Amino acid sequence: MEQPFDLTLIWAGIIAFGVMMYVLMDGFDLGQGILFPFAPDEHHRDVMMNSVAPVWDGNETWLVLGGAGLLAAFPLVYSVFLPALYIGVFLLLAGLIFRGVAFEFRFKAKTSKYLWNWAFAGGSTVAAFAQGAVVGAYIQGFETENFRYVGGALDWLTPFTVITGLGLVAGYALLGATWLIMKSEGEVQQWAYKLAPRLLLMVLVVFAIISVYTPFVDPYVKERWFSGFSAIWLLPVLALYCAYANFQSLAKRPGRHAVCRHHGFVSVYLPGFVSQQMALYGAAKLHPVRCRISL
Amino acid sequence: MELDPLLLSRIQFAFVVCFHAIFPVFTIGLASFIAVLEALSFKTGNPLWQKLSKFWIQVFAVVFGMGVVSGIVMSFQFGTNWSNFSYATANFLGPVLSYEVVTAFFLEAAFLGVLLFGRDKVPQGVHLFAAIMVALGTFISSFWILSANSLMQTPDGLELRNGMYHVVSWADALFTASFAYRFVHMALASFLTAALVVAGVSAWFILQKREFATNRKALSIALWMLLILAPLQVVVGDFHGLNTLKHQPMKVAAMEGNWQTDTGVPLLLFAIPDQQAQTNHFEVKIPKLASYVLTHDWDGEVPGLNEVAPEMQPPVFIVFWSFRIMVAMGLLMVVFAIWGLLLRYKGKYQHSRSFLQGLRLMSLSPFIAVLAGWVVTESGRAPWLIYQQMTHAEGLTPSLTGGMALFTLIGYIVVYALVFSAGVYYLLKVFRGGIEKANRPHEQQEFERPKRPFSAAHASLEEGDN
Repeated sequence: MEQPFDLTLIWAGIIAFGVMMYVLMDGFDLGQGILFPFAPDEHHRDVMMNSVAPVWDGNETWLVLGGAGLLAAFPLVYSVFLPALYIGVFLLLAGLIFRGVAFEFRFKAKTSKYLWNWAFAGGSTVAAFAQGAVVGAYIQGFETENFRYVGGALDWLTPFTVITGLGLVAGYALLGATWLIMKSEGEVQQWAYKLAPRLLLMVLVVFAIISVYTPFVDPYVKERWFSGFSAIWLLPVLALYCAYANFQSLAKRPGRHAVCRHHGFVSVYLPGFVSQQMALYGAAKLHPVRCRISL
Repeated sequence: MELDPLLLSRIQFAFVVCFHAIFPVFTIGLASFIAVLEALSFKTGNPLWQKLSKFWIQVFAVVFGMGVVSGIVMSFQFGTNWSNFSYATANFLGPVLSYEVVTAFFLEAAFLGVLLFGRDKVPQGVHLFAAIMVALGTFISSFWILSANSLMQTPDGLELRNGMYHVVSWADALFTASFAYRFVHMALASFLTAALVVAGVSAWFILQKREFATNRKALSIALWMLLILAPLQVVVGDFHGLNTLKHQPMKVAAMEGNWQTDTGVPLLLFAIPDQQAQTNHFEVKIPKLASYVLTHDWDGEVPGLNEVAPEMQPPVFIVFWSFRIMVAMGLLMVVFAIWGLLLRYKGKYQHSRSFLQGLRLMSLSPFIAVLAGWVVTESGRAPWLIYQQMTHAEGLTPSLTGGMALFTLIGYIVVYALVFSAGVYYLLKVFRGGIEKANRPHEQQEFERPKRPFSAAHASLEEGDN
């Protein structure tokens, strides 16, 4: 059917936007959960949870929208993705449920508080890891036959996806720390200041590993990076520059400019994310399973 | 033993959907009840209405919170366990579920905060408006969900091209032959649920002699609702049954436990259907009544299960008994509605201990009835996932193994058991706190700062009532 505009591209854009919003928004509140066990005391934890309690489920609406949008716009992707990631999706949902109810019950609890701490920390970390592994599995690709997934239950779990999973855990923890720098003060903020550079370093290391690894996992991505479209190299360079700028400003700790700090870290993600997406969009063009639309 | 991914997936879906259904069926009715209380408060200015509303909003907040958590799982079930079905119906199901998210979810989310926390911060009229919007949101949500379900029961407006359904008429696809019946039946069920829970809880407070005047008012409203809705639901249910007879005769045959197409078919009060022998044991029956109910003619012809091969029949035992449980609950509701009216006539419904104790127990009946009803309609459709178009086996995820399905089934049972026992435990605490606690002026503590739905409730998780 003749379309007045390229719906495939528009919907790819909408979903990419949804995923990006989700990563940035839910990232910092999942990050609170990941950092939870490392907090020095209950006061820190109270502040951490309070800082995201009113907004976290609004952030997760992006995930629901992304899921429903994927089914509506790319049913083939949806019907390959979810079966292939069966166990991963379960872990993600179980994690989100546990941390979701922890938000409700922790403030009501006194003697059982530690249980909800664990539910919050465990749920957040598992959910973050599962999301990272999902992205890794997506880059890795799925074994399909006749547009149906035919692989096994744990095909998605490879060294590569473990790295992307841990990478996202570190990334969300970083967003969580910078969120605290922005939103808290005193002890908690100082603590977050100490954490942030270490986490940034971890994220950079994982980014580097993934960047080197990806072209070997997916030949389409390799082609995208190393042939023709060289402007794409600007993006990782930009990401590196942003990381450098952030290191600098973290070292100075000017309390008043904390807002810029958080946004600064967002800036590290954005180019990294866009470059991945652009590389993958190229892959999608060649990969029928990944971009079929039926309208 | 070989693990059957099909059976395990069906059990898993039934488990998560039953667990989920409990919450919305209550909140849909309760949202409207709260809107009515707010409207009465707005109109009369009588503080009694506000006292009631404050308490029931707390209950609503907790139940709504649990409904949202369990609902997230539902949207992923389609893809993980029923990927062939999702793929085939994506052109319809994708937009419908997206509309549900966009219209209902956002409407509820936007106004829920105003309803829960805005009483002293916005003008009373705005607060009332928020209550109405939340109620409307729950209805819009059920509209989309029931539309999607009705399409699976009585598919229409679709055309199959290359293994994928294409919508040729959105009007036909959204408003299929069974949609109107299903929607009204379900809406009434939600109102009945709210009425019976309100009645049961109020009766319990009255028995304890707590806030007598206020709770008597709530009980009175609930009993009037029950009196109108319970008989109406019987009539609507009958129409729904006739609609099912027309479009899904095998479902009705299973409901009636009728193996042979015949005239003058008896109504079975009791039987043990035996699918293997294709017959019933220990029948207790009323002659010709099934024919009369279904065809409005004592000698009308009722289709039997022998019209299709045994492997194309629904599981008769489950459908037969679920149907009887649902009807029994419905009739009990009618009995209580009439009993309440008689007591009211004598002016003592609030003093009859046996009636009030009975109402306490009856607060469970709508949940049993709703779940049994859904089992009837869903199991009765078997082996079809989309009636006469796609079987459960065809809709299943091809790569799914029995081991995977068993792993997640056990996982969901464990997660839900942990999470929802905490939820129900807390809900009971809110009930115990009652209207007094909901209305007691108190120093706002740190954990009560408005940030989560549960923040609207003031009970502590472990401490006794104080």
